[in-house]
Parts: sequence; structure tokens; C-alpha cells
Amino acid sequence: MDMASLSSTLLFIAFVAYLVATFLFGGAVKSSNAESTKSFDRWGKLAITVTIIGFIANLGYFITRWIAAGHAPVSNLFEFTAAFGMMIVGAFILIYFIYKAPALGLFALPIALLIIAYASMFPKEITPLIPALKSYWLTIHVITAAMGEAILAISAVAGFIYLLKNIDLTKRSKERFWIEAVMYVLVLVVGFVVASLSFYLVNYNAEYNYISKDETQHTIVYTMPALFGMNESEAITDGAFEPLVEMPPLVNAKKLTTVVWSVLFGTVIYVLLRLILRKRISTVLQPLTKKSNSQLMDEIGYRSVLIGFPVFTLGALIFAMIWAHEAWSRFWGWDPKEVWALITFLFYAVFLHLRLSKGWEGKKSAWIALIGFIIIMFNLIAVNLILAGLHSYA
Amino acid sequence: MDKIVCACGNVNPAGTELCESCGRPLTEETKEKKIVDMRYEGSARRSQTYNKTIIDKVWNFFSSVKVGMWIIVAILIAAAIGTILPQVFYVPATNETDIAAYYQRVYGGFGTLYYKLGLSDLYSSWWFQVLVGMLGISLVIASLDRVIPLYKSLKKQKTKRHLSFLKRQRIFGMGKSDVTEESLLKTEEKLKELKYNIKREGNAILAERGRFSRWGPYVNHLGLIIFLFGVMLRALPGFYVDETMWLREGETLYVPETDGYFLESKEFIYETYSKEESKEVYGDAIDRVGTIAKNYQTDVSLYKGPEDSVAGHTEDLKFEKEASIQVNKPIKFDNFSVFQMDFRLDELATMTFQLQDKETQQSFGEFTIDLADPQPFYELDEGYKVEVMDYYADFTGFEEGVPQSQSPLPNNPAFLIKMYSPEFPKGETSFVMIKETVEPLGVNQHKIAFQSVETRDVSGLTVRKDLTLPLLALGGLIFMIGVAQGSYWNHRRIWIQLSEDGQTVVAAHTNKNWLSVKRDLDKVTEVAHLPKYLDQQDIDSLEEKVDKEEGV
Repeated sequence: MDMASLSSTLLFIAFVAYLVATFLFGGAVKSSNAESTKSFDRWGKLAITVTIIGFIANLGYFITRWIAAGHAPVSNLFEFTAAFGMMIVGAFILIYFIYKAPALGLFALPIALLIIAYASMFPKEITPLIPALKSYWLTIHVITAAMGEAILAISAVAGFIYLLKNIDLTKRSKERFWIEAVMYVLVLVVGFVVASLSFYLVNYNAEYNYISKDETQHTIVYTMPALFGMNESEAITDGAFEPLVEMPPLVNAKKLTTVVWSVLFGTVIYVLLRLILRKRISTVLQPLTKKSNSQLMDEIGYRSVLIGFPVFTLGALIFAMIWAHEAWSRFWGWDPKEVWALITFLFYAVFLHLRLSKGWEGKKSAWIALIGFIIIMFNLIAVNLILAGLHSYA
Repeated sequence: MDKIVCACGNVNPAGTELCESCGRPLTEETKEKKIVDMRYEGSARRSQTYNKTIIDKVWNFFSSVKVGMWIIVAILIAAAIGTILPQVFYVPATNETDIAAYYQRVYGGFGTLYYKLGLSDLYSSWWFQVLVGMLGISLVIASLDRVIPLYKSLKKQKTKRHLSFLKRQRIFGMGKSDVTEESLLKTEEKLKELKYNIKREGNAILAERGRFSRWGPYVNHLGLIIFLFGVMLRALPGFYVDETMWLREGETLYVPETDGYFLESKEFIYETYSKEESKEVYGDAIDRVGTIAKNYQTDVSLYKGPEDSVAGHTEDLKFEKEASIQVNKPIKFDNFSVFQMDFRLDELATMTFQLQDKETQQSFGEFTIDLADPQPFYELDEGYKVEVMDYYADFTGFEEGVPQSQSPLPNNPAFLIKMYSPEFPKGETSFVMIKETVEPLGVNQHKIAFQSVETRDVSGLTVRKDLTLPLLALGGLIFMIGVAQGSYWNHRRIWIQLSEDGQTVVAAHTNKNWLSVKRDLDKVTEVAHLPKYLDQQDIDSLEEKVDKEEGV
């Protein structure tokens, strides 16, 4: 087996291990009456062992791919996102050994799974480096930044558990609405994965010609039936789906199509889940958080920001500036990705300052941690896909 | 305002909430609290004490964390708005009208609005810079307002604290347990093992570790202030240079703003990945994407002219060094760096023509026009001569019969030429374009026939000097030290006291990371038989405890 396929196999093993570990953490959460019960020990130990095995396989993926590519595997959207998923697991393991909270695993691992699955929907082939990326700063900057973001993400997981435990889901409230909205968004990511996989399995492909905004003709390949057509698009493939609506040149109709399909699939899955469960998803998950200590979750939420914030600053701002100065001749250029890294920095700075004032612990702090994660994901996904800039390699 | 004298005899500055020495609550408000606010040790902060003069009011405004947070949030939202559409410096247009037209053409009505509101150049707008300036002021004042009283307070704290102070700590326990001198010694030993500094005063122990982490926030704020100051310095002349230069292969040009440095381009190299030469694993990606750039490189020689040399005078140059400027590898000299930023491939360099008879295509000689330096006359065979009357480098067409050139770049050269021959000593006029000729003054007998071209590549280089970089680096370094200091260490204190009536009191405080101080306390409790403590803020555990006591 060559390095590249060994690498894919290891990623798959890691994925399966995380999946198994999630269920084991479920067992640990259910059975933990007090921290010292034997059953908890057994489930908890097993769960963290499987997680660590998965993480080692995941590291194996990273290293073998590094060897195969000849550069750190963080150079395109698939690689970066997959690495981010891996680091979330790493950050979780770190925090788990400080706080021994199994509920954290139960919610952190599925997030990591979703992120890795999401990553796998992008082109996975190993790409050579373009001139701008040829620097050892690629390795240093991207890995440190992703590590910082991963640790910060754990704060959101802790906040999520805190909220799920402390929101009264029997009464109508804004909180109840928004926590369910978070669930819905997570299901939409599942929708994206399911939609991509389905169309991939039936091998859907359609090519179109279109006129771009600089008034030249290009071709584009859709991998999902074109709900939206590019500007003045004409099908090349025989029998290709006729787009329902044609978009102006400014809008990338292919990406819009993907988003809409994901929302459609996700919504169908969500509705099905609600019909089968006959409850809100948050209500179904709430019992899993009953045994978590709120104070502990609040502290984990704060502590992971404390641990992650300096790492993030170092990687996403300081190393970024040093590299930007070498590659683009200026340390700061107000490129969207840079700006959103600054926004993330400022946002968590606000989080840390608010913790100082009374009344910003508990629920409020947990909500802020969740919003912080949304900002991180926005920078990861939307800035690359929607906002044009120097960082949009994918 | 008057100083406050505490029951213990310590004289505290006006506005103090907790006695600096013994910790007794000094105000009615503080006395009513179940858990005291330990943020700044209850010290007297200027902003909380004075509010009379304008200076007080300004000071109080900027010292407020709340105000600081609103400033950050405002910057954050503004920064986000600036990413909705590309900023002007990423737009392929240079003058105001073109920029406005670009936003209108590409982004429609919204684009025009964005441009008109000035959002397209948001980060250099006065209000954005005012916001950043206010943040800077807030950093200075908020830090000074806190760090000085905090320092004094921590320095003055006594080992023995009053019960009213201990009782109001988040972690507190009290009970009659058989704590003896021996167990106090054991406690000390254990705490030392846990890396606490121990102070002892009679029957009272103060164990403290990581006090230096309290300075973390102020250190990182100092770093930020230095950084912002460095950014401001760039506005001063001499600190910052940002120029671009287009350098053609074979050309030697003065490097703008430098002290007589010249660069000669030997060659521009553009490489892409080919399936044959690169790693096998790249094959799929190359198939899918097509062309992937591998290298942009300008091979240059650096020269230094005499001190007073000016642009255009390339005599007396002294060779300094050779270098290959690549992306990520600028050439550096004398505080300057020159970066590979852009390029144009195959710009026309020379064009070669023949003067021919239109009918017979007989040649009367060949001439080559250097497009960077066209000569007025080209002498050909005996009696034949060509005059270049006018040159249009980037010809776009005629406007009212007058030829137009949109730029000085030889993208589409055209020439107004007079052909002299023995038959036509006064010359025949011809307008020569690529692939086409116009005879504006009637039919000619001769023509200019295009033979060949030579091209060369042009490198787009950025010339940069930034003397503020060391200051920015220093600011960044101090910030990182401060932020690590405040995040990865925390200030823990444990108080253990035996009171006269045989009660043992335990209390603990930490600025963050409560689990750790509890764990430390658990370890000490184990060896020294201290009374059980409660986390007075942990509602879950408190409820659990109540449940158990009630037998539920």
C-alpha cells in the first residue's frame, strides 16, 4: 500500500473509532451516578481509550499524508478542515484529562465527526503548493491557528452542555428556540454530507457553459442537480437538469445549489427525526446532560478559552503577520480571512473581559462561547467559499 | 475625601471596600454581600472614588471595562462590514471614477451604496481610526486605574485576615476539628509541596502561589499599546515605504525611495507543475485543476550608485549582489525588501519590419523598432528611409480621426510612418498597426511589412521599508508573554486560621480555575484534618447536599 492510500485508511479508522467512542461516552454518561462508581470508570476508561486509539490513527493519517505530499497537509480546504477535526479531538483529550467529564466526549466527538465528514466532501487529492504557500510558515501558522481554534471549540461544547442542562425545555422561551436552532444547524451539516454522498453514489455530473462577471465564457461541472444556473448557462452534458432559476454573474450558482440541496436534505432529516422521536432533539438529548455539574461545565468553558486564546493569537495573528510580511510584503492587509481572525480575537477578548463582571457566568457565558464557535466556523467555511480574498484556495 | 481607618488600625485610601490589611468589609454595601467581590481586592480605584472634574469624568469613562467592551464590539462589527465587498485596494481600478464604476458594474445598487457610504475604504476612514484610538486610550486608562491599587493591596495584605473577610470568600469552611500545632505544620509542609509560598502569623497561615499571574492582563495591555504605537509611527515620514516597480528583462531601474540602489532584471521565470516532473501523487490534482503555478521568480542583480545618483542615471554603478526574488523570498538590503508580487508575460520588446514594394513585394531593407525607445529615423538601402512620426503604444482606435493610446504599455503598438524612396522623396504616409495598415493620405506604392517580434517578461515588484517592525515585534512579544502569564497561571490563596474559641477556619480564593484550588485544598484537608469547605457558588453541589441532608 502506498503512503497516500495508507493515509486515507488511517483517517477512516479514526472516524470509526470516534463513532464508537461517542457511544461509549454515552454509556459513561448514563451510568455515572457519582464520579467514583465502578461502572462509570469502566465505560469512561473504555471510551477515552478508544478515543485515543482513534486519535493516534488520525495522527497517523496526518503524518503519512505529510510524507506523501511533501508538505504539511493543511494546504487546501479538505486538509485544513480534516486537521481541524483532528485537533478538536486532541483538545478534547487534553481537557478530558484535566476535568474527567464524559459528557464533554459525548458532544465533542460528534462535532469532530461532523467536521471530518464535512471535510471529506471536498476534493481530497493531494495538491502541489502554489508559490504563495511555499514556506515553512505554512506549517507553523496553520497548525497553531487550527490548534487554537480547536481548543476554543471545546469551550462551545461545554457551553452547549451547560445550556442543554440548564434550559427549561418544558416552557416556551427564546432559549428553548435557539438551542433547538443549534440542533437544526447541526442537522443541516448532516444534510450536506448526505446530499453530497447521495449524488456522488449515483454518480451525478453535469457540465455547463456560462458567462462570468468579466464577460468571458467558462465551463463548470455540477455534482448536484442544478437548482440554480450560472449566468447565461447552457448545458453541455446531454439530458442535464435544466436550472430552475438563473443567477446573475455575481452569484456562484453552483455553491448556492449545494447550499440549497443541503438545507433541503437537512430539513427532511430534521422533520423525520422529529416525527420519529415526537420530541424536540434538545429534549431527547437533555437527559444525557443531567449528571454533568453545571459549575464544572462553566469552568471548562472558561478554562478552554483561557488555554485556547493565547494559542489562537499566536497562530492566527502573530505567526500570520510574520508570514504575511514575508509573502505579501505587508504584515496586515485587511484580507477577509485576516479580518475574521481579528474578529475572532476581539470576540474572545470580550468573552474574557465579560467573565470579570458579575452576571456573565453560566448561561450568558455559554451562549457567547457558542457564538464564538459560529464565528470560527464562519471564518473556516464562509470566508473561503463566499468572500473573495487571498485565502480562498479551495 | 477622607481616608478610612479600619478596626484593625490600618489606614485605607478613600473608596476602599475591603481593608487592605485584614480584609474587613468597609462599606455597608460590601457588608451585605454573601460573597465579596475580589476582583481588585476591594481596593480603592480612582474611577470609583472621584467623579467631579472633567478629567475625572473622562478618566472614569475610559477606565470602564464596559465602555472598553463596547469599543471592541464597535470595531468588531465595523471590521465585519468591511469584508462584505472587497475593499478599494483589492479593486482593479485606480482613480475615483473607475472605482465607483467598478462597484456599480459588479455589485449593482448595493455596490454603489457601499461605495458612497465609504464602506469600501472603511479601515482608513476617520471614524474607524478614532475607534481604534479610543481603544488605545481605554487600554492605558483602564490598566492604570486597576494595576496600581491592586499592587498596593496585594503588597499590604496581612497573613491574618478577619473572619468577616474569610466568611465572604467563595470557598469557605469552618468547624470544630482537632487541629493542632502539629497538623498546622503538616499543612504548611503539604502546601509547600504544592508550590505555595507560606506566611505564618500566630495561628494563621496564608498560602499563596502564582501572584505574578495577576499582572498578566496589564503586561498584555502594555504589549498592545506598544503595538498600536508602532502602527501610528508608520504615518511619520521615513518610517515606512510602500512602492511598486515594473522591471523588464534586461532593464536596470532605480529602486524608488532607496539611497541610490538599482535593480537589473536578468530573467523572469514562471513555472507550472507538470505531470511528468512532479511527484506522482500530484497527478490527480493537476488533471482536475489544469495548470497549477509552481514558481514566480525574478533573477536580479543589485547595484549601488554614487550617493547623489538619481533615477535614470545608470552610470558608475557598483555591483552589490545577485539574487533570485521569489514569492516568500524577497531580496533584502539596507532596511529595504523587494518582493515578487506580480508579472506580465511576453510583453512586446521589439518589432521588425521590411519596407516593401506593394506589387512585387521586393524588399528595400529591414529595420527593428525598440518599443521602449523608438527612433525617429531608420536608414535603409540606398535612397530608402523610414520616419516614425508618431508611436501609439496601446492603440485603441481613432477618435475623430485622431489615433488614441490608452496606456504607455506596448500592448497594441501602432505607428504613423513616412516612407521615403527615390520615387517619392517627399514620402508616403502609412498608419501601421498589428495585422493591418491604413493609408490615410491616398494609395501608396510602398508598404511596411511586419516580419517578427521579440518579447520579454515584466516583473511586478513591491519595494518596502518598515522601520516600525521591531517595535511591532516587541509589542507582540510582550502581549504574548502577558496573555500566557494571565492564562496559564493563576493566583491562588488559601487561608487557614485557628480562632480563640477552638474553631478552624478555611477559605480560598483564586482569580481563575477554581477546580485546581479545590483540589489543592482537598489534598491539604486529607493530611491536616481541616473542616469541610463549601463552594458557595456551586449550586448543583449545594442542592445535592441539601437533598442528602433532607434524606431525599
